[in-house]
Amino acid sequence: MKVGALRETAPGEARVAMTPASAREIAKLGHLCLIESGAGEAAGFSDDLYREAGVEVVPDAAALLTFADVVVKVRPPEPGTVERLREGQTLISFIYPAQNAELLDIARERGATLIAMDMVPRISRAQKMDALSSMANIAGYRAVVEAAGAFPRFLAGQVTAAGKVPPARVLVIGAGVAGLAAIGTAVSLGAVVQAFDVRPEVAEQIESMGASFVFLDFDEAQDGAATGGYAAPSSPEFREKQLAKFRELAPEVDIVITTALIPGRPAPVLWTRDMVEAMKPGSVIVDLAAERGGNCELTVPDERFTTENGVTVIGYTDFPSRMAAQASSLYATNIRHLLADLTPARDGTIVHDMEDDVIRGATVVHAGVVTYPPPPPKVPAIAPRKPVPKPREPSPEERRAAELARFRGETRRQVALIAAGAAVLFLLGLVAPASFMAHVIVFALACFVGFQVIWGVSHALHTPLMAVTNAISGIIILGALLQVGSGNGLVVVLSAIAILIASVNIVGGFLVTRRMLSMFQRS
Amino acid sequence: MTTGFLGSGVVGAAYVVAAILFILSLGGLSNQESAKRAVWYGIAGMAVAVLATILAPGVANLWVVLLTVALGAVAGIVVAARVRMTEMPQLVAALHSFVGLAAVFIGWNADFELSRVARLQAQAAAGIEGAAAQIAALGGFAAVIAQKTAAEVNILLGEVGLGVWIGAVTFTGSVVAFGKLAGRIDSRARQLPGGHWLNLGAAVGSAALFVLYLATGWFLWLFLLAALGFFIGWHLIMGIGGADMPVVVSMLNSYSGWAAAAIGFTLGNDLLIVTGALVGASGAILSYIMCRAMNRSFVSVILGGFGNAPQSAQAIDGEMVAIDPDGAAALLEEAQSVVIVPGYGMAVAQAQAAVAELTRRLRARGKTVRFGIHPVAGRLPGHMNVLLAEAKVPYDIVLEMDEINDDFPSTDVAVVIGSNDIVNPAAQEDPGSPIAGMPVLEVWKARHVIVLKRGQGTGYSGIENPLFFRENTRMLYGDAKSSLEALLGRIAA
Repeated sequence: MKVGALRETAPGEARVAMTPASAREIAKLGHLCLIESGAGEAAGFSDDLYREAGVEVVPDAAALLTFADVVVKVRPPEPGTVERLREGQTLISFIYPAQNAELLDIARERGATLIAMDMVPRISRAQKMDALSSMANIAGYRAVVEAAGAFPRFLAGQVTAAGKVPPARVLVIGAGVAGLAAIGTAVSLGAVVQAFDVRPEVAEQIESMGASFVFLDFDEAQDGAATGGYAAPSSPEFREKQLAKFRELAPEVDIVITTALIPGRPAPVLWTRDMVEAMKPGSVIVDLAAERGGNCELTVPDERFTTENGVTVIGYTDFPSRMAAQASSLYATNIRHLLADLTPARDGTIVHDMEDDVIRGATVVHAGVVTYPPPPPKVPAIAPRKPVPKPREPSPEERRAAELARFRGETRRQVALIAAGAAVLFLLGLVAPASFMAHVIVFALACFVGFQVIWGVSHALHTPLMAVTNAISGIIILGALLQVGSGNGLVVVLSAIAILIASVNIVGGFLVTRRMLSMFQRS
Repeated sequence: MTTGFLGSGVVGAAYVVAAILFILSLGGLSNQESAKRAVWYGIAGMAVAVLATILAPGVANLWVVLLTVALGAVAGIVVAARVRMTEMPQLVAALHSFVGLAAVFIGWNADFELSRVARLQAQAAAGIEGAAAQIAALGGFAAVIAQKTAAEVNILLGEVGLGVWIGAVTFTGSVVAFGKLAGRIDSRARQLPGGHWLNLGAAVGSAALFVLYLATGWFLWLFLLAALGFFIGWHLIMGIGGADMPVVVSMLNSYSGWAAAAIGFTLGNDLLIVTGALVGASGAILSYIMCRAMNRSFVSVILGGFGNAPQSAQAIDGEMVAIDPDGAAALLEEAQSVVIVPGYGMAVAQAQAAVAELTRRLRARGKTVRFGIHPVAGRLPGHMNVLLAEAKVPYDIVLEMDEINDDFPSTDVAVVIGSNDIVNPAAQEDPGSPIAGMPVLEVWKARHVIVLKRGQGTGYSGIENPLFFRENTRMLYGDAKSSLEALLGRIAA
């Protein structure tokens, strides 16, 4: 099949859905790659680079739509593009089917298939094709970089000859992929990061990134995991608590990065005008939800402005496109993975398996039917955290009591063992002659010496230890040597065999030990 | 027929010297440098003991001794020079079996000599001419027996029975272990119908035969005792799976020691007793260390492997993400610190030389490369260390589990080569897992994990490994050696 990437036509869009690297991988699936001339220019990939990767460069969109069986792009297609799709042709891109019902209808009439990258279910198996996550990751990173650019101070605390600089305090609202990426970036720049999310189960993830979780005193926290990894709209009481907490934090924080989105709704307003006014001059707000209205009340989409009290509010909506090379390579990889799932036999044949959870979820129009919305995925995105009973810290008295009990238990066990051993020996002594008991003393002492000595053996030398014990257990040869002089022929034969195999043991064991030990070399 | 150049006091002194040398030889294994000297102590001790015994009164048929020792020594030299380090587990098992068999033969001999002496004594008592003279002329072990009292003879019977039985279990057990380790016997756990009830029955039968032998002193009972011991050794080890072999081999190591000690009692030879006890203690401690490293009791290991059906084992959500050698090489190129965790799969694939070369190249680029060795990695305690040493990996970068576990969070890439259960996070995270509580190498805490694995199957214990499904894990499928060679092709010297 032929897979072709269209040039993006939206103004300011610099990304491209196929990179030379992804094209090489797609070719391995048995597909032939096409690209519209100039598609990768803005992301730094010239036509020549594509040609080197074995991609056929076609002059315009019309030609690409004619030749390609599978069309890939980044932004949702224009209605005009969808109208030119033919029956059986597939288009893969961001679609946002809820907002673009018209596109679905056109594709249905044309008999084309639309696969929405934004509809890939958020299950572990589909992570490698989750373009929303890879774009959100970039957005989170870039949000911190933009904030740092607008922020007039260091992010990391420093002690310099010219004085001490406190670290910047960053608040990240919403710990989805973008939020976590923002946390990671801010932490690595040295800021002190706090983060909030309505899903308490992400607290662990937040903390693992090096930020502290802002806890609310609230019991009925919504279970966001049930809605596919997105937070559900909060109850009014919860919202009040949340805003009160933010109000408390506003004067202290230097940078606020908001990433709260609710699927299919405008973004919730979480950072109100009065919070902005309470912030210190020079503070920065980056609103990653600007496209959907913004989490900050003052956000103006696609704008950066400074309020009267000196707070910079950044409402860009094109963060991924601002890092077009990175965004393109990640997005192209997502597309490539989706194509790999669509080409199970890696033979260049697309198999559109609607039984597959991932493909089913992402497909919005197929074979003349609108298949959006998909049934809910079978696997929840994040397993709800099981309540782990916190082990109670024992008090000093309890600890002492436990130690005493353990000590007593050990004493009792040891005394019992010694008593039992002594009893056995006494019983033995009752029947056994003195000559035997003398050997028992030797035996017991040798056991103790053995235990002491062997505990000191390095773990790395356990194999040589076994080989050397092999060799010295050949000492059994002494027994055979004492018997081989017997007048009984059978005894002589058996002893001879025993001497033979025991000498194999002795010689083989020692030599192989020596050989092994000589291999151990220090660097 | 008695020849002797040394008095018995001198022989005793030689035995004391030998015993001290053996203890020093084991004690020297506490580090790699002193071990190189210590092995010579062992050799010297053995030479002193054997020479003293040969030159002592009571050893006849010297030509037999010289011939058999020479033959054995030649065989030993050939084996020691030829054996490949990957075959060490089988070699160790084979040598155990020799000790076991020798113990059985010497025990039987003791019984034969005992009856011969008893017959002569009866003849002498009955006044048959020449019998008393023959008794006076007895040499070696027979002479010792002739002087024993009735109580001492009873004790002797007990010692013989015990020595023969332990020797028999050691012999067949080691032969089976050898077969499994050498791949000549299917290494899966197999048992006859009846399972451990058969073993229990055989053990009870052994006890009965032991008592019968004590009571009558008939060779038939001793022979049957050995036969049951042979059966137990065979059946017990057949029922234990491949990855439990470290415990099995250590246990047989211990048994071979106890068998030698029991024979020492039989012969009244203190050097045998001391040496047997040293070896027995060594094997017992190794078994204990291995069992603790698997968080399982010794009994549960010996009574058969894991249940075939995993008990609960949380379902794993996710997908194993494959990586090609290019990607793996890129990860390694970018890494500053690398920890390699080898397992049995590395030995099977004979990949240690490739691992060593990779290590050398990465270290030449200034990267920190270390190895993390789990106590039960491989089929023999310390086997990985020997394989890496053979491949010329310096031993000071080969660390134990406890030494390296805290360093994984600051490690860029952990490379898992042919190991599975010993890096399974389920041991810590899933209380329902069959290996819950087993100490494991926490490779998943590294930033990236590359797993070299033949296919997607589960490990020896049949437990799914959530490590393979982690987000930071990449699977490099294929034979470990060819995968490593592919990596070497991409990381220039």
